[in-house]
Amino acid sequence: MPIRESLREGAVRIPSGCAIAGIMDRSGARHDGSDILKSIALMHDRGNGLGGGFAAYGIYPEYRDLYAFHIMYESREARAETEAYLDTFFMSEKQERIPTEPVAAIKNPPDIWRYFVAPHPMRLNMSGLDEAEYTMQHVFHINGKVNGAFVASSGKNMGAFKGVGYPEDIGEFYRIRDYDAWAWTAHGRFPTNTPGWWGGAHPFTLLNWSVVHNGEISSYDANRRYVEQFGYGCELQTDTEVITYLFDLLARRHGFSQEMAAHIMTASSWDDIDRMDPDRAAFETALRVAYSSALVNGPFSVILGSDEGLLALNDRLKLRALMVGEKGPMTYLASEQAAIEVICPDVENVRPVEGGVPFVVQLDEVAERKRRESAENRPAREKPYQHEVGVMPPKRKEA
Amino acid sequence: MLDYLLPRYKVLRDRDECVQCGVCERSCANGVHKVDEDLGRVTADHAKCVNCQRCVVMCPTTAIAITRWPQVDAGSGNWTLEAMQDIAKQAQTGAVLLASMGNPKDYPIYWDHLLLNASQVTNPSIDPLREPMETRVFLGSRPGMLKVNEREHVVMTPMPPQIRLDVPLMFSAMSFGSVSLNAQKSLAMAAKELGTYFNTGEGGLHRDLEAYADHAIVQVASGRFGVDPHYLNAGAAIEIKIGQGAKPGIGGHLPGEKINEEVSRTRMIPQGTDAISPAPHHDIYSIEDLRQLIFSLKEATLYRKPVAVKIAAVHNVAAIASGMARAGADIIVVDGFRGGTGAAPKRIRDNVGIPIELALAAVDQRLRDEGIRSTVSLVAAGSVRSSADVVRAIALGADAAYIASAALIALGCHQCQDCSSGRCNWGIATQNPDLTKRLNPEVAAERVVNLVRGWNHEIKEMMGGMGINAIDSLRGNRLMLRGIGLNDKELEILGVKYAGE
Repeated sequence: MPIRESLREGAVRIPSGCAIAGIMDRSGARHDGSDILKSIALMHDRGNGLGGGFAAYGIYPEYRDLYAFHIMYESREARAETEAYLDTFFMSEKQERIPTEPVAAIKNPPDIWRYFVAPHPMRLNMSGLDEAEYTMQHVFHINGKVNGAFVASSGKNMGAFKGVGYPEDIGEFYRIRDYDAWAWTAHGRFPTNTPGWWGGAHPFTLLNWSVVHNGEISSYDANRRYVEQFGYGCELQTDTEVITYLFDLLARRHGFSQEMAAHIMTASSWDDIDRMDPDRAAFETALRVAYSSALVNGPFSVILGSDEGLLALNDRLKLRALMVGEKGPMTYLASEQAAIEVICPDVENVRPVEGGVPFVVQLDEVAERKRRESAENRPAREKPYQHEVGVMPPKRKEA
Repeated sequence: MLDYLLPRYKVLRDRDECVQCGVCERSCANGVHKVDEDLGRVTADHAKCVNCQRCVVMCPTTAIAITRWPQVDAGSGNWTLEAMQDIAKQAQTGAVLLASMGNPKDYPIYWDHLLLNASQVTNPSIDPLREPMETRVFLGSRPGMLKVNEREHVVMTPMPPQIRLDVPLMFSAMSFGSVSLNAQKSLAMAAKELGTYFNTGEGGLHRDLEAYADHAIVQVASGRFGVDPHYLNAGAAIEIKIGQGAKPGIGGHLPGEKINEEVSRTRMIPQGTDAISPAPHHDIYSIEDLRQLIFSLKEATLYRKPVAVKIAAVHNVAAIASGMARAGADIIVVDGFRGGTGAAPKRIRDNVGIPIELALAAVDQRLRDEGIRSTVSLVAAGSVRSSADVVRAIALGADAAYIASAALIALGCHQCQDCSSGRCNWGIATQNPDLTKRLNPEVAAERVVNLVRGWNHEIKEMMGGMGINAIDSLRGNRLMLRGIGLNDKELEILGVKYAGE
């Protein structure tokens, strides 16, 4: 009997509601996945079993300098084609099946592999791109052009574990308790349609970015058509995808801090700007004018993960729930307060993330480094490429 | 020679209601009505009626209505009465047929084939009475990327000049000469009150309007009338007019009889001479020449004013607009073929150019394909009839819309399309002092302010329904539109999905 092909992300636009959660240890100490699993499991009813997933930072310290690609395959041909492609453009240090556990509720999982790779040095040099841009474009190629292959994550020392099912089942399937990370995010999805496609589950990731998101942004097409000008192909037609690209454009390419990128996406209201002193008002006006199409509208709560830490953001009107709590070096984020208290009963400073005010938690070492750095944004194009300036060994002093 | 022309309209007068007060006679500059003491009734010279409806509105007993001349045509779908009347007119005069206002022909109006979205369940609509709803727009060019100091909140990138609009629409160009000073003043006062802009057209800035200069866009067109350094620096922005939607490819002609003392002074030409705007700018025969004019104007204003370039929507509009952006235009204005005019050859008005909806969609998409849409502003003109049309224009990709016919209708215009006669009974398209004094700028400005405020409330309601609380997020948001009654090609050009998709 032929199986009815179900709709996929990218074929149609599918609104969805969700549960999101995040845990981070500022000190950089790593914790296994049991807490995040418990936290997202509590919010079972905010998902409908059609998508769940996790992103974890710091899980591959032994390969910290290599891009860790998590790739899902629906066929052997897809894997053959992808691996041939990777062999051309990257050099693989290690490749293996991601260990999984059979779970009754998880049906028809794809074949899931991971690769620890470095860009092929000569091809990278010839491309005229920096390493991140190079890697990103090849990820776009695999996702867009290779039928039956999807890159679930492509950052360094991080990974996404996602699929179709309730997040607690997905977590068991991927054995996420076996991984140690200094930051975890999780997502339980409530899509209105039934895509049933593993690639469409969240977190959505690109390079080191991971985004979990709850809401439906009404500015979607304005944002999509803005980022598409700069080579971001919105294949999946999801809010999460376009939010990730906005962060990538603003924070990586334009060099803003993540907090400033988030501020641009939830810009000050004109009412507020009109009350500011003229200098500050001119600053905020310039941001709004230059980046007006990066403004994100409609209900959303987002947790952005990166190699710096976590950033939580709510829409300007605070139309979606998102709570934050702290305890020592730990920060907890969740759609519901109970999902924080279930893993940290004596959590402190519990409060909602304010509408339009980014909440940022960085690794202590990152925060320290940032304090010393210039506060001027430095666009990616203006920095010398590491692989171009760092290739020649330093001149040896002759005795 | 016997004139074969038939009257176009017939004045219907209710004898029971008419009190022979003579208001209609005094209202009509065309001399249609006459209180005939001998006959003891009011007569009408139907052939002179242009259906401006001034008498209908003024009649104290509502005794008057205008109807079409009841003559049937010859029963041919091809040789319509209009086609035959046009031939009769030209056989009589040997002249080019003259017409006014925008293309009235039965071409598709794409606005009416685009439906708007609203939120249900998966995201909430936003109540504009409870939440801030932002309709402020800035026009000008902008850098694709800003460099800032985040700690000190300072922008390092020099920002090009911008103009600020509190409502996403402006009043498009109508020169003093083509319209009365009172009409221009009404729009100037309304623009100031609303936080938006009126446009001087190619007629200079009358000294009485200097007080409103910071709400003026001063136009530089092919005749360069009224242009001097003071004029360029007085306005908030400068607009180079290459073309006009109602008459793409041709210039303008204000006959000498309309060049009275005031018009002469403002246009800086001798009284009684014809003011002829050539079809092209004779210093712009190519795109690189446009760049020179743009930068001459920027030099003349010390780079403090954004420079807009306005073109008529024609077949190759997308490529032309892209070239304009690259030539240094800060604001691109595209004017569709239903945009109005004080006078245009009828054959041009009715047959040249394309609809603004298609032109706007094509221009916005082309600028995005080129990766330059975010560095330039785009304004749509050419018959925006309601707040819903403004929303559609912005969702297709415009930053703001220009309105003119709608603003004139608020002033009293009834679209009789007889502007070129100079006998506008509403005091708008005339320089006859007996007629222009009928238009009180204070009262007229209030009507325009009311109109735009009403529209802005409606825009906020529609945005709120879509779950959008800043107009930035509506711009180019074509998912908020769905087509109805359109073919695949039209959907493709408009970049919208079909209703139900």
